[in-house]
Amino acid sequence: MDLDFTDEEAAFCEEVRDFVRKSLPRSIRQKMLFNRELTKDDLITWTRILDKKGWAVSHWPVEWGGMGWSPVKQALFIDVMQQEMAPDTLSFGTSMVGPIIYTFGNETQKKRFLPRIVNLEDWWCQGFSEPQAGSDLASLRTTAVRDGDDYVVNGQKTWTTLGQHADWIFCLVRTNREVKKQAGISFLLIDMTSPGVTVRPIQTIDGGYEINDVFLDNVRVPAENLVGEENRGWDYAKFLLQHERTGIARVGASKASLRRARELAEREGRDNSARLDLPHIRSRIALLEVELKALEITQYRVLSEESQSGGNSHSPAASILKVKGSEIQQAISEVMLDLAGPHALTLLTPADGHNDLDRSWAGTVAETYLNWRKVSIYGGSNEIQRNIIAKQLLAS
Amino acid sequence: MDLQINEQQRLLKESVQKLAADLYPFEKREAIRLSEAGWSRDYWAQYAELGLAGLTVEEAYGGIGCGPFETMVVMEELGRSLAPEPFVATVLLGGGLIRHAGNEEQKERLLPGLCSGELLLAFAHLEEQARHELHDIATVAAKTADGYRLKGRKTLVLHGSDADVLVVAARLSGDRLDRDGIGLFLVAGDASGVSRQGHRTIDGRPAAEIVFQDVDVPSRDMLDAPGETLAVIERVADETIAALAAEGVGVMDEMLKMTIEHVGLRKQFGTEIASFQAIQHRLADMYIALEQARSMAIYAAGIGRDNDPERRGAGIAAAKVQLCRSLRYVGQQAIQLHGGIGMTMEYKVGHLFQRATAIEALFGGAEHHLQTLAAGGGLFAA
Ligand SMILES: Cc1cc2nc3c(=O)[nH]c(=O)nc-3n(C[C@H](O)[C@H](O)[C@H](O)COP(=O)(O)OP(=O)(O)OC[C@H]3O[C@@H](n4cnc5c(N)ncnc54)[C@H](O)[C@@H]3O)c2cc1C
Repeated sequence: MDLDFTDEEAAFCEEVRDFVRKSLPRSIRQKMLFNRELTKDDLITWTRILDKKGWAVSHWPVEWGGMGWSPVKQALFIDVMQQEMAPDTLSFGTSMVGPIIYTFGNETQKKRFLPRIVNLEDWWCQGFSEPQAGSDLASLRTTAVRDGDDYVVNGQKTWTTLGQHADWIFCLVRTNREVKKQAGISFLLIDMTSPGVTVRPIQTIDGGYEINDVFLDNVRVPAENLVGEENRGWDYAKFLLQHERTGIARVGASKASLRRARELAEREGRDNSARLDLPHIRSRIALLEVELKALEITQYRVLSEESQSGGNSHSPAASILKVKGSEIQQAISEVMLDLAGPHALTLLTPADGHNDLDRSWAGTVAETYLNWRKVSIYGGSNEIQRNIIAKQLLAS
Repeated sequence: MDLQINEQQRLLKESVQKLAADLYPFEKREAIRLSEAGWSRDYWAQYAELGLAGLTVEEAYGGIGCGPFETMVVMEELGRSLAPEPFVATVLLGGGLIRHAGNEEQKERLLPGLCSGELLLAFAHLEEQARHELHDIATVAAKTADGYRLKGRKTLVLHGSDADVLVVAARLSGDRLDRDGIGLFLVAGDASGVSRQGHRTIDGRPAAEIVFQDVDVPSRDMLDAPGETLAVIERVADETIAALAAEGVGVMDEMLKMTIEHVGLRKQFGTEIASFQAIQHRLADMYIALEQARSMAIYAAGIGRDNDPERRGAGIAAAKVQLCRSLRYVGQQAIQLHGGIGMTMEYKVGHLFQRATAIEALFGGAEHHLQTLAAGGGLFAA
């Protein structure tokens, strides 16, 4: 065992850091720092800068634009990127539908879709959840019925993140109602401009618009947009959950926000004589640093185990990453809220003439706090993750 | 000791419930929230008709002379129904200051209008640098020939844009952090030199940033509490925190009720999610947190009357700590157990969570009051 970076790893981190510092546009960095919404253009801009460097889909197979890095190197990459406030690429494309297509898609689909994911020419969104199918995803009801060369799709998807920007949506649809519910699901790629697709934005409790209902009303989808085999969609969805382990813990991003919390706690103390509550808030920050360090090491242990077992590890550790990673993110947002005190109550937006982001940091912490409640709900809620952990513990 | 509400309080509770049922069904309340003002003068007139605008004002000035337990009963219902009307700003803060520090002439001049619902008040107190310290005041009141001239900037003035009269805390003498030398002044909202920038707080309620640029105030508009002004501010803040505790209880009670209803109806994996023990235990913990806060809201209403400022301050701090901790837990779990729908503005539970978060931050959060309590003698000093 050796926890130190090799010289090569250290040099790599340095290289990534330098690159981000040189290439990340200042306006995007500022928005990331203050948890403000990025525009579609912001993300396209950054993805293309990354693509030019060859790093937009570094974790993909080399054949399709990946870098062929080890899982640890890939994790270091993400860690440094997040610490430097670089936005993640659009995960629906780069971490979800991309890997599904290069793993289960046919050659035509690979050639057609993958290059357009790399440079964000196609904006993808994820159409899994439905009003009646959340944690129990397999009970989904959207149907796809074969009619000649097409499927005819009817149903409703919901909570579709950034669907308002999307060119394409990848959906789980029911193609067989006669069999066990998991066995009748297929994975279908749907062009958002198809007649019968309607997007309705939903406002979230932080005031933003990032989720949507997507209504599918007699949408004709060419059968060539079916990925893999009909009725195997559930396996592909499960592959996604097992595949995407790095990144869910968001260790790098949490490091950056803790660093920022510490900085602001010190500044607040300076500007406001000796406030009684600040030392206590600072010790909460220290405690979160402890938890985050433990999580970081856990993450590397998971990766290392994965490399050893060739990706077939069944330890419940990935669920630890989701539960603890999301709880730490939420706890940091609470520290920031408490640090801001009464100023957290005031929403300051550039529209109010508060363009000085650095002074108005407190005006966005409540939004972030409210918004971050989502991270323990989506991607398999923390209750579901605990069920998974307990089930595996009791089975062994 | 008597922990039951009496007949008069029960009637008051029912009349507020009836009013709220009429005024605040979800869609109706949304229309008000999205309106330009964010609250309704018409609704406020209906409050006044029921006597709510003068709830705490003595009968001699047109009020109904109720005490902290009646305020508690009213606030719990207003919390449950997410009423955005200016009860806290006008009745508890503005009205409280005038009741405790106004002279006879000032009371006669202002309180009847407050009770009839025609006069709106707001408390221009907090300053950007002050964090939660009530005495941290940089706004200056300089003596002039026949009064005072105010200069300074106030933040988070609840309902500050719409108030007819602002009660302004300003410094007559001393340094920013001195406990002495503070005065309270009555200033017309549209007086020359006053500029108000309205905005919404995170729960969609109206507030304002207010700049006082050489605002002349005649001597008769200084409230009469020489040497005692901070004590009055502290008392009014304590009474308001006690009332917010009751509002918070109403907010939590409604969140828990909605959550219980939701998990009983929502089916996943072929069964109501209420059948999962993980969910049942969470509901039990939410209930425990709510009841702990309810007890402290009752305690706060009682101790809020205490004339010993230290004992009162410690009790109120303790109540706010419990309230904040419960609000955070119950609020977060209510959202969590609702799943996606809890994250949206299309369902009441998210609005309740916003209000819960705002109540936490008003007049100091758990961290602030916990440290105050710890630095003082605690609650059980012999
Ligand atoms: C902001 C946001 C963005 C999202 N983006 C997308 C997206 O882009 N695409 C997409 O397809 N989906 C998306 N989702 C949907 C997300 O995956 C679902 O919200 C999630 O699966 C939970 O489903 P639900 O909301 O229906 O809650 P439910 O499944 O109804 O759960 C309600 C509560 O019950 C608990 N619960 C359920 N079953 C059990 C059990 N067996 N034991 C114990 N507790 C249980 C849950 O943990 C939760 O607390 C998003 C959600 C949010 C909030």
